[in-house]
Amino acid sequence: MSTGRVWKYGDDVNTDVIFPGRHTYALMTPEEMAGHAMEDLDPEFAKAVKPGDVVVAGKNFGCGSSREQAAACLRAAGVKAVVAKSFARIYFRNAINLGLAVLQCEEAADVLSSGDPVDVDFSAGTITSGARVFKFFPLPESVIGIVQAGGLIEYTKKKLGL
Amino acid sequence: MGQTFSEKILSKKAGRTVRAGEVVTVSPDYCLSHDNSAAIIGEFKKIGVSRVKNPDSVVIILDHIVPAADEKYAQNHKTIREFVREQNLPHFFDIENGVCHQVLPEEGFALPGKVIVGSDSHTTTYGAFGAFSAGIGRTEAASIWATGEIWLRVPETLKVEFHCLFPEGVFAKDAVLKLIGDHGADRANYEAIEFAGPSTGEFSLSSRMTLANMAAEMGAKNGYFIPDPLTISWLKARTVREFDVVQSDPDAVYEEVLSFDLSALEPQVACPHTVDNVKPVTAVAGTPVQQVLIGTCTNGRLEDLEIAAQILKGRKVRPGTRTLVLPASRRVFLEALRKGTIETLSEAGCVILNPGCGPCLGAHQGLLAAGETVVSTSNRNFRGRMGNRDSAIYLASPATAAATALEGKITDPRTCR
Ligand code: SF4
Repeated sequence: MSTGRVWKYGDDVNTDVIFPGRHTYALMTPEEMAGHAMEDLDPEFAKAVKPGDVVVAGKNFGCGSSREQAAACLRAAGVKAVVAKSFARIYFRNAINLGLAVLQCEEAADVLSSGDPVDVDFSAGTITSGARVFKFFPLPESVIGIVQAGGLIEYTKKKLGL
Repeated sequence: MGQTFSEKILSKKAGRTVRAGEVVTVSPDYCLSHDNSAAIIGEFKKIGVSRVKNPDSVVIILDHIVPAADEKYAQNHKTIREFVREQNLPHFFDIENGVCHQVLPEEGFALPGKVIVGSDSHTTTYGAFGAFSAGIGRTEAASIWATGEIWLRVPETLKVEFHCLFPEGVFAKDAVLKLIGDHGADRANYEAIEFAGPSTGEFSLSSRMTLANMAAEMGAKNGYFIPDPLTISWLKARTVREFDVVQSDPDAVYEEVLSFDLSALEPQVACPHTVDNVKPVTAVAGTPVQQVLIGTCTNGRLEDLEIAAQILKGRKVRPGTRTLVLPASRRVFLEALRKGTIETLSEAGCVILNPGCGPCLGAHQGLLAAGETVVSTSNRNFRGRMGNRDSAIYLASPATAAATALEGKITDPRTCR
């Protein structure tokens, strides 16, 4: 099993600190977006994040603006999932539509700390860290299809046979 | 077991009985976008279809940075106009019309029983007319253009029941600020808010729009008022489109019912830098202010401008307090012009801006400098929202804003009557 590491943050992480407003009108490649991920919250993040890592946070993750880059930059950085107590509504939608897994799990959000090893098994609905296993609130089936397709654009293409 | 408004309307659209928590795929009646249509066009092209599936469902209203403030915005507008022509989209409103959330209802799209989505978080506004309306992202707007469909989670519903009447000098904006302050900016996350109770029949449509607009600031997916004779006659005067009133069953199940007594309410302000940092005006009265903004999709209707004009009539705004007036739409502007309201405000020293979003989103027309403070009738006071990161935004009613403009410091409007 490939194991990533936990990046732990608090409640109400807003879209401005995930992807600053000053960059929203610049057209960027996914790699460039990844370079600004969490810029105003944790400058270490973009430098050290590795594919398979998991962001863990408290309640209302992604509140504020409807900018999609706040989800896109984490996906581009290779983040496997964001685990939080709750997500702001539009962030939740944007994440799914851009193929970023957003998982609701109070327990994991309380217990896990930065640097812990972590893996997510989507089909089993579990988050594993060492010997600890947490169940997350499963995504509805129709929505899992979008995440698995790599986001809504790819999903729509498939649906339309393009 | 009865159904809430949201359960009922989404059941109808999905063609099966659904409950809160389920996910449905529906064809929205209308999909709104604004200047961000340029970005949506980019996503639409990535999908690779050549034509918009249902042109009649696309409503595009240019309002955010109008007229274009620089070349980049001008290019965006140009891209949108070309796309509208090429795709033959029938519902396009260019820069002369006003803010999308005012223009869409005025043009007769915000109707009872319709499902409306918009790539703007304050799409909740149309719940004032009994529509199901929710904000979405740009990618999903592109996907609706291509497929005509969207997935939606059926929301739980929080009911807010209003009792008694507003005291003198207190308005819908004060009520919604107090509600958000007491319960927090994420209290209604993923939920619908149904505004009900004996007082709502007394609320003007303009007040209902203010409440539904700011439901988004409590995290809500949609806001809702039961359409009443006032709603129906307003709509009938504007459109021949057909609609069906959909309302909650008497035995519908709510997540919680909150009771709100308006008679004890005082004027409120949301202090920097979150919408739920709410205090009575009296707690911050006297704070010096360099700019006042009266308008936006939250409070830029005729009723709002008239409330401000009543306070400013025959007086002058305090020198050094730049007072910007931003009518929500050209129709509002014309009505206010004919009634002499614009004249009163201009004579008092206000700067009258063209209808649109103006300085609300911090992109042009009256940005703040570091260290400055604004009292605004808009809906968001996040750090940097109206320009500089080191400026401060207080949100308030048009009455509080006008009283503040007179005094040059935050002022309780009940002292200016
Ligand atoms: S007036 Fe402000 S809140 Fe309303 S749509 Fe425009 S930018 Fe958004």
